[in-house]
Amino acid sequence: MTQGPATPAAPAHATVAITVNGRLHHRTVEPRTTLVDFLRETLGLTGSHVGCEHDVCGACAVLLDGDPVRACCIFAVQADGMSVTTVEGLAPERGEFSALQDAFCEAHALQCGYCTPGMLIACHDLLARNPNPDEEAIREAIGGNLCRCTGYQQIVDAVELAAAGKVAVHG
Amino acid sequence: MADAPRDPAYVAFRYVGRKHRAVEHRRFVTGQGRYAADIQPLGLLHVAVVASPHASARILSIDTSAALAVPGVQAVLTGEEMNPNLEPMLPGVDAPKVKRYPLAQGVVRYAGEWVVAVVAETRAIAEDVSELVEIEYEQLPHVMDPERAIEPGAPLVHPAHGSNVIFRRVFTWGPVAQDCAAADHQLSYRVRWGRSSTVPMETFVVTCDWNDATGPLDVWASIQMPKYPDLLARCLRPSGNAVRVHFDVDVGGSYGVKRGLKHSILVGYLARMLGRPVRFLEDRIENMRGGDMQGPDRIFDVTLAFDTDSTVRSMRMRAVDDIGAYSGRAPLQLGKPVGAVVGPYRIKSVEYDAVSVMTNKTPQEAVRGFGQSPTNYALETRMDRVARFLGLDRVELRRRNMIRKHEFPYLIPSGTTYDSGDYEAVLDKALAAAGHQDLLRERDALRRKGMLAGIGISTCLEPSGGNSAFEPLFNPKNLTTTWMDSCLVRVDLNGAITAIMATSTSDQAHETLVSTCVGEVLHRDPDSIRVIHADSLGALPSNSLVGSRMAIMLGGAAAGAARKLRDKLIRIVAHNMEVPEDSIEWEGGDAVLRDDPTRRLGRDLLVEIAHRRYHQMPEGMEPGLQEKFVWEVPTGGMMPTADSKVQMYPCYSFESHVVLASIDPETARSP
Repeated sequence: MTQGPATPAAPAHATVAITVNGRLHHRTVEPRTTLVDFLRETLGLTGSHVGCEHDVCGACAVLLDGDPVRACCIFAVQADGMSVTTVEGLAPERGEFSALQDAFCEAHALQCGYCTPGMLIACHDLLARNPNPDEEAIREAIGGNLCRCTGYQQIVDAVELAAAGKVAVHG
Repeated sequence: MADAPRDPAYVAFRYVGRKHRAVEHRRFVTGQGRYAADIQPLGLLHVAVVASPHASARILSIDTSAALAVPGVQAVLTGEEMNPNLEPMLPGVDAPKVKRYPLAQGVVRYAGEWVVAVVAETRAIAEDVSELVEIEYEQLPHVMDPERAIEPGAPLVHPAHGSNVIFRRVFTWGPVAQDCAAADHQLSYRVRWGRSSTVPMETFVVTCDWNDATGPLDVWASIQMPKYPDLLARCLRPSGNAVRVHFDVDVGGSYGVKRGLKHSILVGYLARMLGRPVRFLEDRIENMRGGDMQGPDRIFDVTLAFDTDSTVRSMRMRAVDDIGAYSGRAPLQLGKPVGAVVGPYRIKSVEYDAVSVMTNKTPQEAVRGFGQSPTNYALETRMDRVARFLGLDRVELRRRNMIRKHEFPYLIPSGTTYDSGDYEAVLDKALAAAGHQDLLRERDALRRKGMLAGIGISTCLEPSGGNSAFEPLFNPKNLTTTWMDSCLVRVDLNGAITAIMATSTSDQAHETLVSTCVGEVLHRDPDSIRVIHADSLGALPSNSLVGSRMAIMLGGAAAGAARKLRDKLIRIVAHNMEVPEDSIEWEGGDAVLRDDPTRRLGRDLLVEIAHRRYHQMPEGMEPGLQEKFVWEVPTGGMMPTADSKVQMYPCYSFESHVVLASIDPETARSP
């Protein structure tokens, strides 16, 4: 067996202050650390998922100062001083669902759940901009998010359900 | 409007078949799932692999010195160092000389084959450093075409095996020669099914941790693979109980492909070698290049014998499947279609020549449908050809040849009995739902605009409840006749129910499936029942969620365990009320005397008796409330007959598809 030196690498580091789901975090990161790796591995917020790591699948989507972005294609240092909302921050209170989360459960808008964080972020953003989207607007909004289980129809149904206010919010 | 009367089978249930939220959804919509990549033990090390750029080459030298000099690198491992300490992964058919190890040794057999593994403190360092490993190759002749690979003189992918054909068997079910001779017409044609993939959102990931003091090797993997813990232990050479696979991970989609045996052997080996937790997380390129994502790749030559009145009498089908450079269960993907080889049609005799060929392509693995989809495609394409030959409407031709509703259960020539079906009804529904007439007009309009456009019609069977009966059919040394699944149900002292299942789920809401079935039998709200996943050392004998089997197999196991528990409770009631067991009914979790509903024994007291009052229990009964049930696949348990007939799978669900597809001939894009 060939074993290498036990000393870890000591690359250059940068300090960031990023607010995530309303809480400010000061951390030191490698400049090449992506925002999604920062969230998942530095902060332990594993709700955001990594699917493609090259801006195709949307599973890593988060809100950055309110706008949806792909956290796999942004460095943590670029989010310095900014505010991030992840799937963990969408519910109004612990143990509750947002109307959209509730509608996703009601309409079975997911199966394996891997794309779900990104889908919720995209749909949350849509409903914030357009509280009554038609099907075309919904499909446009999730056009950058891939799902391999549902075929998308149930996701569209869920957004329509949430927009219509037809789900009773279950805790 | 009054509701239509419900079918008695529907009314008989209180939870099964009712709209119900999946308990799993709650964690997924709040970001609280627990996928394999979410498990990050302290001190975790990361793996990157160096893959072959050549389809066939001799490895002349490997220089790892530059890689090892980089700070943060923990190890650089070659096949030469690792493989002598492992047992090889073996194919699903009888070809013991087609051996496979996680890392190549001496030669590489496909572009993408792993040659070197780098372990470092971070994934980024591991990936950077993998580029510093110097490997010198000498290219060797290669073969990429399965038909060329069969010819004499073709380069051999595994010279020790002596041939590129890893499996071939000609099955003849019924009087094929006679039926063909007696038919009015015969039509032969070729169908090509290009290599397909079922790419999940989550790439494969495995984390292993080894405890020097006591073992075992702890494994968290994004897994969907029967016998995975046993195969992993066998290849790594500890005893079976030295590997503990944690099934309580959420799997981010699988569709059959989350196998990852070679990844897991490599990572397990590294974890033991380094005494540290180690993870290999595929990136998307690795997932599609060397991962287990590629499926069947077939050439079908089909001859159909049919009469002028459109009756299809007999079929000869030759399927040449290119499995690539190594073999896992890929050859068996020619086996599952044996159970639905005539699809939904009344074809009285079949010859099936199944040929599994190795080439210098990426190995094929199990993908969704396990080989059934290509066969369905060959069948339906054939029906179109016959319709065209006879000048008959292709929907009409299908109708005339479909097995009729009243003919079920229906025995097909290869020995499988289809349980039930109404293929015409589902075809009619699909045609109506798709708006077939409108679709035809749309197709014609697209064609007038210069597009290539066509409509595909397909009625497919989905053999369900996997029993792996193709294993003894494709390998005489394999006497597998059971493919069990299990469940354990317990009621605790506070009366709450916990059910234990033994596999991961690929997140098809199996926890909800189990709680629904248990709740149904014990008359308890499914949402009050907790379902947990045992690890492989705590698990009852189980297989996996393959072959569309879990509603049948896990649902059956859960209901079976719950019934045993209910029977035990009834015996306790009969003993205490001094009445016969068959005079007791189960009602909302309480026991009630059928002829005198005022006499009942409530569930709280029952639980109390079983957990604390041995003196009130029937003589000889074990105290506590816990029952297991290991279920054999219904209709399983039998070896193939001497003439190679076998009952494959117990259930045959069915579906119709009507699809309009169009392609721009200039850009090849689908609009």
